Amino acid sequence: MQLVLEKRPERSRRMALLSPLLAILLTVITGAVIFALRGIEPLHGLNVYFIEPLTQIWSLEQLVVKATPLVLIGVGLAVCYTANVWNIGAEGQFTFGAILGGMILVLFPAWQSPLTLVMMLLFGILGGMIYGAIPALLKIRFNANEILTSLMLVYVVQFLLDWLVRGPWRDPQGFNFPKTITFEGLQLLPMLSGSIHLGAVFAVLAALVLAFVMGRMLKGFEVRVVGNAPRAARFAGFSRPRTILFCFLLSGGLAGLAGITEVASVVGQLQPQISPGYGFTAIIVAFLGRLNPLGALAAGLMLALSYLGGEAAQVSLGLSDRIAKVFQGILLFYILACDTLILYRFRWLKPQALAATQPAE
Amino acid sequence: MKKLLLNAAALALAVGISAGSASAADKVKACWIYVGAIGDFGWTYQHDQGRLAVEKELGDKVQTVFVENVAEADSERAIERLAREGCAIIFTTSFGFMEPTLKVAKKFPDVKFEHATGFKTAPNVTTYNAKFHEGRYVIGQIAAKMSKTGTAGYIVSFPIPEVVAGINAFMLGAQSVNPDFKVKIVWANTWYDPGKEADAAKVLFSQGADIIVQHTDSTAALQVAEEQGKHGFGQASDMIKFAPKAQYTAIVDNWTPYYIRRINDVLNGTWKSESSWDGMAEGTVNIAPYTNLPDDVVKMATETAEAIKTGKLHPFTGPITKQDGTVVGEAGKGLPDGDILGMNWYVKGIDDQLPK
Amino acid sequence: MDVWFAVFLTIVTAATPLLLAATGELVVERSGVLNLGVEGMMVMGAVAGFGAAFLSGNPYLGVIAAIFAGMAMALLFGFLTLSLVTNQVATGLSLTLLGLGLSGLLGESFVGEPGVRLPKWLGIDMLIPLSFILTAVVAFVLFRTKAGLIIRAVGDSHSSAHALGYRVIWVRYGCVLFGGACAGLAGGYLSLVYTPQWVENMTAGRGWIALALVVFASWLPWRVAIGAYLFGAISILSFVVQTRGWSIPPQFLNSLPYLGTILALVVISASRRLTRGNAPASLGQPFVPDR
Repeated sequence: MQLVLEKRPERSRRMALLSPLLAILLTVITGAVIFALRGIEPLHGLNVYFIEPLTQIWSLEQLVVKATPLVLIGVGLAVCYTANVWNIGAEGQFTFGAILGGMILVLFPAWQSPLTLVMMLLFGILGGMIYGAIPALLKIRFNANEILTSLMLVYVVQFLLDWLVRGPWRDPQGFNFPKTITFEGLQLLPMLSGSIHLGAVFAVLAALVLAFVMGRMLKGFEVRVVGNAPRAARFAGFSRPRTILFCFLLSGGLAGLAGITEVASVVGQLQPQISPGYGFTAIIVAFLGRLNPLGALAAGLMLALSYLGGEAAQVSLGLSDRIAKVFQGILLFYILACDTLILYRFRWLKPQALAATQPAE
Repeated sequence: MKKLLLNAAALALAVGISAGSASAADKVKACWIYVGAIGDFGWTYQHDQGRLAVEKELGDKVQTVFVENVAEADSERAIERLAREGCAIIFTTSFGFMEPTLKVAKKFPDVKFEHATGFKTAPNVTTYNAKFHEGRYVIGQIAAKMSKTGTAGYIVSFPIPEVVAGINAFMLGAQSVNPDFKVKIVWANTWYDPGKEADAAKVLFSQGADIIVQHTDSTAALQVAEEQGKHGFGQASDMIKFAPKAQYTAIVDNWTPYYIRRINDVLNGTWKSESSWDGMAEGTVNIAPYTNLPDDVVKMATETAEAIKTGKLHPFTGPITKQDGTVVGEAGKGLPDGDILGMNWYVKGIDDQLPK
Repeated sequence: MDVWFAVFLTIVTAATPLLLAATGELVVERSGVLNLGVEGMMVMGAVAGFGAAFLSGNPYLGVIAAIFAGMAMALLFGFLTLSLVTNQVATGLSLTLLGLGLSGLLGESFVGEPGVRLPKWLGIDMLIPLSFILTAVVAFVLFRTKAGLIIRAVGDSHSSAHALGYRVIWVRYGCVLFGGACAGLAGGYLSLVYTPQWVENMTAGRGWIALALVVFASWLPWRVAIGAYLFGAISILSFVVQTRGWSIPPQFLNSLPYLGTILALVVISASRRLTRGNAPASLGQPFVPDR
């Protein structure tokens, strides 16, 4: 007898619902074991990690705030990856969006009107699109692999930001510390409730619009065909270069929007470090969400919860950041592995049946 | 019934007041936010050593909590969480935590905040920093005495005032011994990348430096010095174990006295907002034991260190000639603290350009 | 002359870990698997290498432990992506997360302890010539032997390879483990040769550069070596320029390795002759045999 995996004839709807539950169950068991090993009462540990963040208004708000950039970037990347376009450099587009949007405030520090914010956001999106267009054009024109170019451009723009905030854009009253002036009043995003800012609306809108585009519109179909069946796409007259550019402009623009919304809310100024790696984490978000914009929305919230839980565990349980990271890694593995059950199923194979399926040597 | 409720309210109010700013407490929860990992053996490691020493010293009277690897862009939530979890005093140990610390402090007027290396205070926000440049003056003198090529290599992270003041103090110390002393500077643009720091050290040695100074966190540069038979100075902690033949001495950050003092202030109800800038006199900046040095150099260094400690010698004693030829400072007097805290110019003799 | 020889040696030390890790990843990708967890495997190699050498006092044991730690992480990745057909990109990224946390946990007691340095052979760190031998062997095996042909066949079209009777999954397991061994060795190089110490996150993003170099090399072993040395050379030379005291912003100099790599890739890619059909066609796609 041997356990083998085989493809289901079609996606299992039952498993699509059951797999997250199974993942949660496995996570709970693993978490309990880890907590017990560290001398923490397992139920208490799980409560602090996963339940408490969802029971207080403050931490729910924080959850939304944390998920906002992840979702904004993640939904764009989901479209990219569906088209088989490998944008790994969302972090760079995020940063360039923040730079270009923030430029408005650095150049016109006294400009306070509702238009300020609109201009900031537009420049943020534009920045992300410009920075996303570079790897796209290098790919289209020179066939340069976008994985490398988009990743390398992340490091480049981080040095650019560093130079700007230490040199020309430095706050004149800032004792020569590396930061721009702090943004105020109409230069900051309006708050919706508590610490939730307008960016959350953008994130939800982006997920909904892209879900509609991908599911119901020709453009979505085009992206899908170019990604899954390049040959068929050619016959249908779908242009791969155009899709590449579209995907980079879309995901870059969204990343840029995420960049400027973070800077105009949570961070409040430009400084050498404006992101704890949202652009990279969003890659996980896109895939955890099964490359579906609505899935990315859920995945973004899920990941945000695991960060908040990890932080809460450090404070309330004295669990170190290292253990939180290990736990996060394992949690992601469970989710990914359980997803397998949607498309595949396990079956016991008898030895003779096994022999029959063995390829001839 | 109503009266009872009123009484309860009054009681709650009274309790609220007694837990407030001006009274003593039996036990405090002291909390730290770290920018790096406690295992970095540099900046964060030294702060955590301070925390551990607090636990040891104050025992039952204190409970400590820390959150590590907190990204500067994402720190407000972590700080607020600590405030919500009942921390009485919160130390935020990186410059980038300044604005988030102030924001959270506004929301929690009863919690004390201590922000390291910043410049903005509030009624419940203190800033604290260390005069690292004092130690750098001493090692500048040692470098000038010991260098055969008359050139030191200096690996630096980022051009912030603290680092620039360090370079200047080193140079002034060196020039007090050898007016023609040269320093070659490499900006690594990172606080923390052992490989890159080692590379920078190797390049500096190849370009004629025979002594290495660093304002980055790892032991890598000293290990290179050890391997190549050159010399250098430890940074942040005593790195003698990593370079027994190469280290002359080290500038050791010791936050313990400060942390104990401030937490005691909270316990006694005497905490108040201030801008604290301790140096060698208070024991925050320490010079590790001198090794691999001849007696006369040790004697000179010990005397200089003593003079700085007692206040007889100020590393930035005027008049000081800047790189561009202008002169600052009154003769015989030290530069005002504000000038050092915001320093963005080099002294004459440094062959490098600062970002404008 | 001496000056430039010292600079050259510095370039070699900086390039070697990139070359080791990238060569391993090249084999993995040639077999059709995309493992983005190089950084995680590398950092585990670093902590295991340091730990074994530190505890036993024997640096050679450290090298072996580094290799095995990388392989253990790779095995986990292989189990998930090959046996359970999870998404390779997300699994690789999660592997990095796990590796960074786990290495910090395992290395807690090694912080602040000087390590045991791997002795030099005839004045050279032996892992440096080894990195070239490794490149040569990989180049030979991939393009001159039947095993290499099978690996490439599996990477280019797993269904055809399966139909021809090759065990796609086992070939891929082998390649993934080899990639893990190389990444672990690269990590061991960091903590035993480059900077003999353990600090958290000491790989500082080198795993990502290694991944980019495989793409840069358009999946050809000797070009990985060129890429690693190009990257190392620009990084080190930008330090040399800094010591001259010219007024060039250091941020610009420090971004040159990345810009240089992009530029070089564009030049290479623009020529059809240089990039013809090297990318493994099944890269990143899961394989489950039909029954």
